[in-house]
Amino acid sequence: MKTTNIEPTDADSDADADAGATRGDDPMGKQGADASPKPVKSREGTVLNVFSHGVLILWAFMVVMPLLWAVMTSFKTDRDIFISPWSLPDKLHFENWSRAWSSAHMSDYFANTLIVVGFSLVGTLLLGSMAAYVLARFEFPGNRFIYFLFIGGMSFPIILALVPLFYVMQNLSLLNTLPGLILVYIAYSLPFTVFFLTGFFRTLPTSIAEAAFVDGASHTRTFFQVMLPMAKPGLVSVAIFNFLGQWNQYLLPTVLNTEQDNKVLSQGLVQLAVSQGYKGDWSGLFAGLVMAMLPVLAAYIIFQRQVVTGLTAGALK
Amino acid sequence: MQHGKYRFIAGFLVAPLSLYLLFVIWPFIQSIYYSFTDWTGLSPDFKMVGVDNYTKMLDDDVFWKSLQHSLTFALLLPLITVSLALFFAFMINVGGRRRKGAAIAGVRGSGFYKIVYFFPQVLSIAIVALLFQFAYNPNSGALNSALQAVGLDSIQPDWLGDPDLALWCVMAVLIWSTVGFFVVLFSAGMASIPKDFYEAALLDGASRFTTFFKITLPLLWDTVQSGWIYMGILALGAESFAVVQIMTVGPSGGGPDYSTIVMPLYVYQKAFRDGQAAYATTIGVALLLVTLLFAAIVMRLGRRERLEY
Repeated sequence: MKTTNIEPTDADSDADADAGATRGDDPMGKQGADASPKPVKSREGTVLNVFSHGVLILWAFMVVMPLLWAVMTSFKTDRDIFISPWSLPDKLHFENWSRAWSSAHMSDYFANTLIVVGFSLVGTLLLGSMAAYVLARFEFPGNRFIYFLFIGGMSFPIILALVPLFYVMQNLSLLNTLPGLILVYIAYSLPFTVFFLTGFFRTLPTSIAEAAFVDGASHTRTFFQVMLPMAKPGLVSVAIFNFLGQWNQYLLPTVLNTEQDNKVLSQGLVQLAVSQGYKGDWSGLFAGLVMAMLPVLAAYIIFQRQVVTGLTAGALK
Repeated sequence: MQHGKYRFIAGFLVAPLSLYLLFVIWPFIQSIYYSFTDWTGLSPDFKMVGVDNYTKMLDDDVFWKSLQHSLTFALLLPLITVSLALFFAFMINVGGRRRKGAAIAGVRGSGFYKIVYFFPQVLSIAIVALLFQFAYNPNSGALNSALQAVGLDSIQPDWLGDPDLALWCVMAVLIWSTVGFFVVLFSAGMASIPKDFYEAALLDGASRFTTFFKITLPLLWDTVQSGWIYMGILALGAESFAVVQIMTVGPSGGGPDYSTIVMPLYVYQKAFRDGQAAYATTIGVALLLVTLLFAAIVMRLGRRERLEY
């Protein structure tokens, strides 16, 4: 029931924000027109201003429309979905949501995704920061080689490795298991994590770690008690990046985790779509889709600044 | 002292490195090796067959189709996405009404646009693909009924079912879901360009469009280039796999008459549907070469003097 409460408010606030921008835009356009009998430069600016608002609103509309349409559709009956895709629901059919949650296994998919992403994220951050710290701060033979081995993984097409990996997993009895999926998620998240955190550790001052070391702290203790707390901003960015990547992961589970009971969110939804094609429960499927979209969208709106920093940080380097 | 240091280094590297070697590097090496065998994936027996798989690949029409589509993605998607994103980012940062004392200004509500544009980026590509599959549905989808609503009853394309249209429909979805990320990325870059540059140029009589090509683009070049490569790798890899596999019809995706097949999906079909694991790795190796070549070309063409400011 809780999710159903969050949902309409979110849709409302979207619509409000959209309408707000449109309303705010109009008077501004008029002001711009009033100001036009000034020098030519200014008129160019005004034309540009009206034009840019027009284009920007158009794209915002194109982004929001499909999402709102999905929310709206998830409250309609199957009949209405087919007959009039754009009409508002006759009433809010919350039963679509409960049907998707329980009988279409959305609750299981959510639980599996939470387990897999929870463990993978902790593992990725721990192993990634350990490797990155050593690579960033210590001189030893093979340092550059290991570093490039890690970051090389960022540009290789994953699908190439997946064919043999399938059989590696099978031989280790890890195929179709959640622990297996967790280990694979960690391994495939390491290249970016190591790349990003190595860069980050290099920017941290060396003097504090040296002081801790002189005071008798071991290397390990220096890392966990001095360096990790100092690296917190970098860890947050890379955690958000990996969280979204792992939460939304589709390719890896599609190949390596086909056991019905172990399915994660995105692959579960796709399977739902295929099977609903026979059952014809489109409204339930839309409810499932929206259910899967809302938590990430809500989290994004709350942690907007951090998410944007986390996701763009890698590309800006 | 030295001894302790090396023990520490080894202790910290052993877990991440062995995990990475076992699950990432080792399979990569194996797959290159397998591409010279006749391994089916179904039985553990196989023998070396030299370059048979490669000659077979060169005669495979579906492979050429998948290569052609993947190349189209790698060429067009970065071009369209990056251009659109640059355009939007420039509008956001420079399209504002002139305020006192500033030569250029961001549009009002720029924060709002950036938040909304970023929405698709946080959603799973699988969910986006499912959503658009319904929107494209020819009978009851959002698109065709919207066309009907505005009186265009005669134009009711089959979208994903039409071999000539399906690939473009898929590309549109990838563009829809990635533009926002680049808008935010480029916007951050543009905001850090000093305003005096624009002021000086505008005083000298340059138009705003000139300032885009003479100031914004050159100073943003590094970001544009890495964005270009990032988008290309994405268009060749997992994202195109997901979108094509989920959205297009046919047995396990690929569209009518393989009209939307892309290389990663073809690898997947050969390995896990047709029991031709060795041949699948051969196509995978071709995909690897295409990816590396793409990155090399973009870096080569994009090389220019780095501008410090």
